[in-house]
Amino acid sequence: MKLLEINNIKKSFDDLEVLKDISISVEEGEVVSILGPSGSGKSTLLRCATLLETMDAGTLKYGGDVVCEDVDGKSVYVSKSKIKEVKNYFGLVFQNFNLFPHYTVMKNICDAPVHIQKRDKKEVEKEALSLLEQMGIADKVDYYPCQLSGGQQQRVAIARALAMNPQILFFDEPTSALDPELTSEILKVLRFLASQKMTMVIVTHEIDFARNVSDRVIFMDEGYIVEQGKPQDVIDNPENDRVRAFLNKLK
Amino acid sequence: MKKKPVIAIAVFVAFLIPGTMTSCGFSADSESGLGWLFSTISQLSSGIWLSLALFTFTLIFSMPLGLLVCFLRRSRFKVVELIAKFYISIMRGTPLMLQLLVVYFGPYYVFRIPLSTEYNFYAAIIGFSINYAAYFAEIYRSGIEAVPKGQYEAADVLGYSRSQTFMKIVFPQMVRHILPPVTNEIITLVKDTSLAFAIAFVEMFTMAKQIAAADSNIMPLFVAGFFYYVFNLVVAFVMGKIEKKMNYYQK
Repeated sequence: MKLLEINNIKKSFDDLEVLKDISISVEEGEVVSILGPSGSGKSTLLRCATLLETMDAGTLKYGGDVVCEDVDGKSVYVSKSKIKEVKNYFGLVFQNFNLFPHYTVMKNICDAPVHIQKRDKKEVEKEALSLLEQMGIADKVDYYPCQLSGGQQQRVAIARALAMNPQILFFDEPTSALDPELTSEILKVLRFLASQKMTMVIVTHEIDFARNVSDRVIFMDEGYIVEQGKPQDVIDNPENDRVRAFLNKLK
Repeated sequence: MKKKPVIAIAVFVAFLIPGTMTSCGFSADSESGLGWLFSTISQLSSGIWLSLALFTFTLIFSMPLGLLVCFLRRSRFKVVELIAKFYISIMRGTPLMLQLLVVYFGPYYVFRIPLSTEYNFYAAIIGFSINYAAYFAEIYRSGIEAVPKGQYEAADVLGYSRSQTFMKIVFPQMVRHILPPVTNEIITLVKDTSLAFAIAFVEMFTMAKQIAAADSNIMPLFVAGFFYYVFNLVVAFVMGKIEKKMNYYQK
């Protein structure tokens, strides 16, 4: 089943055309990595998918729910209340974690499920604890974000996103603010989630990780998808010159 | 820092010694220093209470009013924003004393409402409140704008509504940011209450001036000054405590 379907998305900031014509769909259980140079529109694509930005043209669909339709080349969004429902489909993990500094780890994770989703507090807390255990930071429940390392903060952020029980999880360069050691902590968590068949879309610069973990790799450049397919094909034998040049530089 | 009050008291006490006073030509009174001090304080006491009342009511009204002005100032509607901006520029750009006069005499000159004797107390509270609200509004705005964009985005993805985001995520962080400038403003207010003399409101300093004139002695003014100082020490102490308490989530 297709969980996410984006067709012919266009997005400009003033005169700058960031996304030119992108279509992408994600199957349930699929892990998709998005690669590409800075400014290629990867983050903007993710921000449009997570409704942090509105797209100018194109359609967006989660499962069977339409989020926006294309009417005469312009995106028209559904009502606010429907959008609120759609937000239950996905979670987003940021490059800079964006934890709430005045909340403890536990409250960071539980506040939205309890107060927004109106779930039982005891149940949510139990779930949060088991998530933190999976992340290996169960001893940090009562800490404030500032007392944690970057890697620990990002793990809390992942737990916070997972506690909402999303069907699809987006990652916007989740390791770019971390040093190599902490990066490997986070990649380990992502590998674990992949093994649990969590549907994930990951914008990343970690080529090796993308090759090993993803089912599909998308390479973006200047607002277009220039190449996509199995990681072995895209990363090891790229057909496009731009992709080859970019990957060579990374090696 | 801790020695400040001690030094101040020492200087103050030195002034109270009869010998010092006479040798400075302040007073040839036969009364002992301490007895004179008590009589001055008892003469000042009603003024002290009035100053305190003016201070308290101004804070109670201006702080929430400032939040309202701040919201208007940040409104999406350009007209509302402009009105709030204009209000702030007038309140900050003209003398507080003039504003007090306008509030006091305005009803009479515009509507021919006769001035009552107790109106000057209310006029003082109104004048101070609308003036300080403008300053507080700008302080709040700086506090709100100091909250990173990522906090709003994280809240948005987790499904918080705009008001929930403000109440739960932004406001607590804003409060922490604004405590130092708010302390400044409160301390200024303590001293500014003396401006109420402009509308014949006899608060502590005005009273001290009257006593000083009647006795041909400058000491009552110093006694009044001492009260302002002590009161501001208390303000600084209390605000320092609150600041420390709000720092719980910082290293």
